[in-house]
Amino acid sequence: MASIHERLKNEPYSEYSFATRPTNATLFWRRCIIKQIYLFFALNLKIMRIVVGGHS
Amino acid sequence: MSKVVVLGAGISGHTAALYLKKGLGKNHEVIVVSPNSNYQWVPSNIWVGVGLMEPNQVKFKLEPVYRRKGIVFKQALAKAIRPEGDSTSEKGFVEIEYVDEARRGQTEKVDYDFLVNATGPTLNFKATPGLGPDLYSNSVCTYDHAWHAWQNLKVAFEKMEAGVHQTFLIGTGHAMATCQGAAFEYALNIAFEVNKRGLHKFADIIWISNEYELGDFGMGGAYVKRGGYVTPTKVFTESILAEYGIRWIKRAGVYKVEPGKAYYELLDGTYHEQTFDFSMLIPGFAGAQIKAFNKKGEDITSTVFAANGMMKVDADYTPKPYEQWKSSDWPEIYQSPAYDNLYASGIAFAPPHGMSKPMESPNGTKIFPTPPRTGMPSGVIGKVVAQNVIHRIKTGRKDHPHKASMVRMGAACIVSAGYGFTKGQAATMTVSPIVPDWEKYPKYGRDIDKTVGVIGLAGHWMKLFMHYMFLYKAKAKFGWSLIPE
Repeated sequence: MASIHERLKNEPYSEYSFATRPTNATLFWRRCIIKQIYLFFALNLKIMRIVVGGHS
Repeated sequence: MSKVVVLGAGISGHTAALYLKKGLGKNHEVIVVSPNSNYQWVPSNIWVGVGLMEPNQVKFKLEPVYRRKGIVFKQALAKAIRPEGDSTSEKGFVEIEYVDEARRGQTEKVDYDFLVNATGPTLNFKATPGLGPDLYSNSVCTYDHAWHAWQNLKVAFEKMEAGVHQTFLIGTGHAMATCQGAAFEYALNIAFEVNKRGLHKFADIIWISNEYELGDFGMGGAYVKRGGYVTPTKVFTESILAEYGIRWIKRAGVYKVEPGKAYYELLDGTYHEQTFDFSMLIPGFAGAQIKAFNKKGEDITSTVFAANGMMKVDADYTPKPYEQWKSSDWPEIYQSPAYDNLYASGIAFAPPHGMSKPMESPNGTKIFPTPPRTGMPSGVIGKVVAQNVIHRIKTGRKDHPHKASMVRMGAACIVSAGYGFTKGQAATMTVSPIVPDWEKYPKYGRDIDKTVGVIGLAGHWMKLFMHYMFLYKAKAKFGWSLIPE
C-alpha cells in the first residue's frame, strides 16, 4: 500500500501537489551540525533582541 | 503595606507574581489564587502527547516555590470580583472557593489593593458538541490531556504495527479556535513518530484548520525571506505539511464530533464529514467567567468583562470593519478602564479585535482564528503589569512607565517537528510585531528583517533549551530574573 504522501504528491491539480518541497541540499543543510550550531546562536540572538526591544 | 492579588498561575500570572514579590519585597504582600497546584510549561505538552516526555517533566508544584519566595498561595477558584467592596468592606475583594483537599468548598473574601487577573483561557469544549478528551476527541492543552492523548495514540500505533490503516485528524475543533501552532506542532510530531516507526504506509494524517490560508496562525499570517524571495507563511506551512506527508482541509469550522467522525462547514457554506481513528482538535477559548459586582451588589460583569469572559483593558473596543483596524486599538498597559487598580494579563485580557481578517460563510458562520496571546507575549505582559504595579505602590503615582503593546512586541514560535539530538527538527518562526501594523510597515505589515521562518535541527535544540531554561526560571532559581520572557 502506498503512503498518502506517495499517493498524493503526483496527483495533478490537488492542493498538495502545488506545495513547495525541499531539495536534497536543503534537507542536508537542515541537519548539518556546523550550520545548525551557527543558526542556534544566531536565532537565539535574534529572539533575544526581539524580546528585549518589544517592551519598555 | 500593600496587598497584590494575582488570579492564575500560568505563564503570565506566575511571571507577574514572581516579579511583584521581587520588586515589592517583604513589606508588601503578594497572594496567588489558582485552582491548579502545579505550574506547567505548556509548550512541552506536545512531547507528552507523543510519549516523549512524562507529565512530571513539564510541571512542578507551585506551593514550595511560593513558600520559598514569600508569596501566599491559595489553591482556589476565583468566583467573583467586587472592586468597590461591599456593605461591610470599603476595600475591593475577590470571592474565592478552595479546591484543595483540606479546604475543598470553603469560601473566602480576599481583599486587595491591586488585582492582576491572569486566569488564562477556559477550554470551551462545550462550544462544539462531542469535542474534548471526555468525549470523542483528544487535546494537548494541558499535561493531563496530553498524557491521555498519548495513551490513545499508542493504541493507534499498535494497530498500524498490526497492519491496520489509521486516519489521524489534527487541527482546530471550532470555527473560531486559536492556538493553531500547538495543533500544527502535534500533527508534525505524529507524522515524525509514524515515519520513525516505519508505519507511514498505514497512516493518513489530515490537518484541519479554520484558517483562510495555511500559515495564518491567527495572526493574519506573515511574510518571511526565503530563497531569495519574500514569501507568505502559507508557502512555508504547506511545504512542511507536504514534506511530512500531511494533507489538509482549510477554511473549515468543525461544529460537531461523533465517535470516529467530525462534521465541518467550509467557508463556501458547504457541509462535510471526515472520519478518523484518532483526533486531536483544539477547542475555542473563553475567559474564566468570573462575575463582577459593585458596592450595592449589582451585577457589573458586562462593564468589567467582555462577552467572552475576558477582561476589558485600555484597548479600543469600538466595533469596526477590518479595513479600519489600527495599531492604536491594542492595549499598552492592560489596566481596566473601570477600576484603575485592576489589570488583566496574558490570555485574560480581551483583545480589541482579531488579527486575521474576519470571514463568514453564506450560512452566517464566522470561520476564522481568534488572536493568539500565549507563551512569550503572556510572559512579557505579566512582567510589565508587575513593573507598573510596583511603580504605583512604591511612588504612589498613577502613571505607567512600562508598556508592552502587541503592536510593538515581537514573538518567537518554535514549532517542534520531531525529537532527537541529531534527528530532531523544528520550524523557528519570529514575527515583529505580533499584530501586523500596516501603517508603519505598509508592504508586509511587519519588520521583514525581524520576521523569519527557518526549519532545522537548531530549532529543536532551541525548543529543548527553552524547555529547561523556562522551567528553571519558573522555579525561581538563582538568577531567574536575568532570563528574558
